[in-house]
Amino acid sequence: MADSEPIISVRDLTCAYGHAVVLSDVAFDVTPGEVFVVIGRSGCGKSTLLKHMIGLLAPQSGSIVMNGRDIVTAAGAERLEILKGIGVMYQGGALFGSMSVERNVGLPLEEYTDLPEDAIRVISRVKLALVGLGRFGHFMPSELSGGMVKRAAIARAMALDPPILFLDEPSAGLDPVTSAELDVLVRSLAEALGITFVIVSHELPSILAIADRVILLDDETKGIAAQGDPRELYAHSTDSRVRRFFDREVAQRVATPPGVAAHGHGSQQQEARP
Amino acid sequence: MAPQSLNIKPARLAPVPEGLALSDGPGGERIFAFSHQLNAPAVSLLWTPAHAALADLGGAAQSLTLNVSAVDYMDGSGMALLVSLRAMAKRAGAKVQVVGLSDQQAHLLELAEGAAGMDDAEEAPAMQDRRGGKGMFTKSLPELYASLRLLVCFVGECSLVLYESLRHPERVRWKDVILSCMAVGVESMPILLLIGFLMGLIMSFQSVITLERFGGEIYVPNMLGLVMFREMGPLVTAILLAARSGSAFAAEIGTMRVNEELDALSTMGISPVRFLVGPRILSSLIVVPFMTLFFNFASLIGGALVMLSIGFPLVTFTSRVFANVGVADLVGSIGKIIVFSLLVAGVSCLRGLRTGGGASAVGRSTTAAVVSGLILITVADGLFAVLFYYFKI
Repeated sequence: MADSEPIISVRDLTCAYGHAVVLSDVAFDVTPGEVFVVIGRSGCGKSTLLKHMIGLLAPQSGSIVMNGRDIVTAAGAERLEILKGIGVMYQGGALFGSMSVERNVGLPLEEYTDLPEDAIRVISRVKLALVGLGRFGHFMPSELSGGMVKRAAIARAMALDPPILFLDEPSAGLDPVTSAELDVLVRSLAEALGITFVIVSHELPSILAIADRVILLDDETKGIAAQGDPRELYAHSTDSRVRRFFDREVAQRVATPPGVAAHGHGSQQQEARP
Repeated sequence: MAPQSLNIKPARLAPVPEGLALSDGPGGERIFAFSHQLNAPAVSLLWTPAHAALADLGGAAQSLTLNVSAVDYMDGSGMALLVSLRAMAKRAGAKVQVVGLSDQQAHLLELAEGAAGMDDAEEAPAMQDRRGGKGMFTKSLPELYASLRLLVCFVGECSLVLYESLRHPERVRWKDVILSCMAVGVESMPILLLIGFLMGLIMSFQSVITLERFGGEIYVPNMLGLVMFREMGPLVTAILLAARSGSAFAAEIGTMRVNEELDALSTMGISPVRFLVGPRILSSLIVVPFMTLFFNFASLIGGALVMLSIGFPLVTFTSRVFANVGVADLVGSIGKIIVFSLLVAGVSCLRGLRTGGGASAVGRSTTAAVVSGLILITVADGLFAVLFYYFKI
């Protein structure tokens, strides 16, 4: 996997909202079939990076090449081809409330293929079955639980069988068990279908469970503080920013009430590290 | 082309697109041999012919073999085709086998099993109560009774809120009332004045055209004053209120319902009716009489313009406008508009509170608020007409 041509290549990416720079000269590659997770503190630019990669925002400079095409400079038909090659699961699901779940999943197929209606119906049901919602196609989005909404959103993102799926905070708002089930789903889809996942997350258990590689964004330098296997970073990295993230260390400036540890649960592992 | 190794005669079937070879094997076996790619473009060409080729399954053919060993690439569309063909064959009572799948593909096929042939009965029961309100004519008797009960409760709660507002004005959220007054009254002035002016102009003009045949143009100001102050002023103002502010009330409260903000109010012990509906009804009651007067005034300006254009002096117009309009007409007009504003604001807020789930439910509530408001205004206007007639107002 490490030797293959990258499926996503980001170079010299600088993103800003007006004069406020969020990311500066960010560069990284994603190899085909890997589960790549963007991690960092809230406000470090994870979602901003994701929005630029899926074409919702335009960067100040840099390039984002996916499947050989630069989404930053592409326009018209070329841009459409890039968008058809990616699927996005938004943090809240963003399912269309006026359509059933099955119709939500079938919408990209209706728009971009010549498949007959019954074929679209079957494909939608198959996608839903793959995410464990085979019996819920006729439900409206408002009738689904939070976890089911996320699963349905993943099914819709997979409708056109894109090689790349972007997931924005898939575990946000979910209980640990549902979050773990979603992790298993992501891993099984990656292995069975060879889909490349780019995930924005700050859920440590999920990150450690499913990520092949992570990049840690730093809100101070506006760049990448570290990248690599999250389990290795967690076990061996001595970078203070990495340690702060994985060990859930509270900054000195935040007042810690008496009786409350200044470290999170991860610090229990510190003694085991060399 | 039939696979050479199986030594099978080609089936005598209709031509199929490239990527699928049909053949019949010994013992009633039907063989589908797929090749190249099974992606969305390929499946869109293969779907119908492949299903048509299974039409006689169970009769001429007793088993189906789906051979994908020559397929270079298969995605979800291809998987769905296999699932659908397999389900169709099983329904016909034929034995089915799929050959040439990798372990992962076989696992996915197993996961997707049942997706194609799923009957509605096997699906999870939908939660009807979260799908939003039904129309009046599609509700059952118990549902109608429940709706009526809710309506009565709402009217009672609103009446209580208004009564408490009079008894304890210090408890009223006057900031919200004033903001609502700005939105309902001040911001609607431009459209209100424009429509009032145009209505006065058009009515006067049309009346002049008709009455000048009888030399009766002099009575146009009398007609205008009577019609506007007694009928059109309150009615059109109320229609504008329903269209502009009623829809906004329903949309705002409906969106709050969808975002669970109303639930948050309830769990804080704050009544949504007192917090949201009360200020809106109060603001409507306060500003709408003034809106009506402004509307009437604008219409008189329109009428004056017409009369001036046909040579009547302004003093003639002003002296004749109020010749037939008495205090009773004015009071009756104010009384009407107060009732109209109560109905419009009340039903709009009720529609907002009864919004179902999702963005489309907000749209439905908004539409229902305007339609209900218009119906109630019209019915109330009719009742007032009868009332005024019998009490000789």
